[in-house]
Amino acid sequence: MSQMTYAEAINVALHEAMQLDSSVICYGLGVTDPKAVFGTTINLEKKFGPERVFDMPTSENAMTGVAIGAALNGIKSVMTHQRIDFFLLAMDQLVNGAAKWHYMFGSQNSVPITIRLIIGRGWGQGPTHSQNLQAWFSHIPGLKVVMPTTPEDAKGMLLSSIFDPNPVIFLEHRWLHSSIGEVPDGDIRVPLGKAKIVKSGKDITLVAMSYMSIEAIHAADYLEKQGISCEVIDLRTIKPLDWETLMESVSKTGHLLALDSGFSTGSVAGEIIARVSMEKFNALKLAPARLAMPDVPEPTSPALTKGFYVRAADVAEKVMDMLGKDTGQVRKDLTEPRPHDIPGKWFTGPF
Amino acid sequence: MVHPVKNSSIENSLNLFHHMYRIRTVEEEISRRYSEGKMRCPVHLSTGQEAIPSTFALTITKDDFTVSTHRGHAHYLAKGGDLNAMIAEIYGKSTGCSKGKGGSMHLIDRNVNFMGTSAIVGNSIPVGVGLALSSKLKGTDQISCIFLGDGAIEEGVFYESVNFAVVRKLPVLFICENNLYSVYSNLSVRQPIGRSIAKMVEAMGIDMSFGNDNDILANQQLMKKAINNVRSGNGPHFLEFSTYRWREHCGHNFDNNIGYRSQDEFLEWQAKDPLMLLEKSLTKDGSDTTTKLSSIKEQIDSEVAAAFEFAETSPFPNQIEAYEGVYAAIEGVPK
Repeated sequence: MSQMTYAEAINVALHEAMQLDSSVICYGLGVTDPKAVFGTTINLEKKFGPERVFDMPTSENAMTGVAIGAALNGIKSVMTHQRIDFFLLAMDQLVNGAAKWHYMFGSQNSVPITIRLIIGRGWGQGPTHSQNLQAWFSHIPGLKVVMPTTPEDAKGMLLSSIFDPNPVIFLEHRWLHSSIGEVPDGDIRVPLGKAKIVKSGKDITLVAMSYMSIEAIHAADYLEKQGISCEVIDLRTIKPLDWETLMESVSKTGHLLALDSGFSTGSVAGEIIARVSMEKFNALKLAPARLAMPDVPEPTSPALTKGFYVRAADVAEKVMDMLGKDTGQVRKDLTEPRPHDIPGKWFTGPF
Repeated sequence: MVHPVKNSSIENSLNLFHHMYRIRTVEEEISRRYSEGKMRCPVHLSTGQEAIPSTFALTITKDDFTVSTHRGHAHYLAKGGDLNAMIAEIYGKSTGCSKGKGGSMHLIDRNVNFMGTSAIVGNSIPVGVGLALSSKLKGTDQISCIFLGDGAIEEGVFYESVNFAVVRKLPVLFICENNLYSVYSNLSVRQPIGRSIAKMVEAMGIDMSFGNDNDILANQQLMKKAINNVRSGNGPHFLEFSTYRWREHCGHNFDNNIGYRSQDEFLEWQAKDPLMLLEKSLTKDGSDTTTKLSSIKEQIDSEVAAAFEFAETSPFPNQIEAYEGVYAAIEGVPK
């Protein structure tokens, strides 16, 4: 067990995977540059050589197809994109190719590819550097979509993703890269498709993913002091989603607030509410609720992003409102940090 | 133009004839039966385009990788793909090469490293490049061959793929069958008049050669040379062949009457039919060769008839299979 950041945990997992299996390769723009994709790919080229670890042309679509072709001959590629938004150029290869290859050729081939996509936020990331598109990817049969929140899960889920025989979209929130946690040594695999109950509670279920799980935990801590017991579920995997854990929790609490870092319409939170409403209607004591990003692109100016993100205060206020408590004090207690557009004052980039 | 066939090359010509006649017979039999409504998927036939795949068939080895397009029957057969499994796939049967999940546009035969075809223009190009990267990583001498059409040249992914193949000096052979049309759109509305695709691509730092479809023996030399070059580690190569599809873009009919191309153009290409020309030149060679031609035809006719019989009598997949195979199972974990 060692203490490390989320970014270091990613790096450790990549080293571990490449050490374990010589068919694992790692490429992407900037993978071998001095900044090493926020430190996540540091020393990989030095240790495993330029054949297995390499920078690539600015060709997101073709390079995704290259991963498919290599996979058909047993190579496991880990592709990295510094922002998810660039990867939109690769939708053909991902959706028409990788996701369906196993199915449409009668299950003769599998396509083990891990695609690391980093989600930006704040510091003027703006409309095309900040999108949370987990719902998009999870709409496509054949893809797995994971969004680890903690350093331990980042390592364990990256290892599971690399050795999964299917294409996996591995979403890292940039604001999590600096978070610190205890991470077990060696080849630890956190299974895909299993959510984690981060905090047990009896009054309401808060379900979230990635950075939203952090906000949910802050809100739950605050609410506990107000006498409200929240059960916080960190989804970890968006597809396939762990419905069992979720349904059990809602059966117990009778209340559901689904949180999402993506746009509201067509969100994962929306899917959760639909399915819980259909399958656990009788267990619900109240209409379920959702807090997600508004259906507008993220603006750039710090003046425009003030109050724009879903924060612990929004979550706490919503919960208290749902449970009929006075919300008058919440925003005084949980003020928006200043500046609001960075994860903490210690953060100086790269962004 | 009818080539005089020298004795030493009669066997080669007979082999070419075998492959061309086989592809033609398969495509025309699909065409003949299509209106029965039993082949319930789009088909893109290669009638008229048999020459290039046939020279490919005689030059490529089983271990080399190949990917292709929506118009992929000829490439699948040329690579040695199982005929029964292809016809059964078009019929949507469980014995099909993709178990009825893919149809005519998703052909695969792993036994001969025919790795797949795609319904999306340009989609299989980078996949072929990735296969080449894998042979380089594994240190084998397998090359990767990518069939594409003139339409795919207009896709961004083509340039991305050629660029990467050149940068990494990968063993890739791009084989462009330029048949002048992307569905109903003539090359002249899609690319500047007078452009040579091969010369344009050459500017990206890749060796190229160009051949006319009707000159099959000359094209066979280009194919041989290109494959040898790529296998020798000289990096990727781009081959362009001019050719012509006789039937409609998608389906079994002739469509010269609908107004996007002229009957004259069609007849001009039909007069250059490489299958007919090769047969003509071979029959000039004497009665022994004529007998051999007849026996090739007879054998292929019955092989093709048997393949359709196999497909017709094969069972359909179970309905439940539609819901299976979305994910590959993790090793050791049952599906």
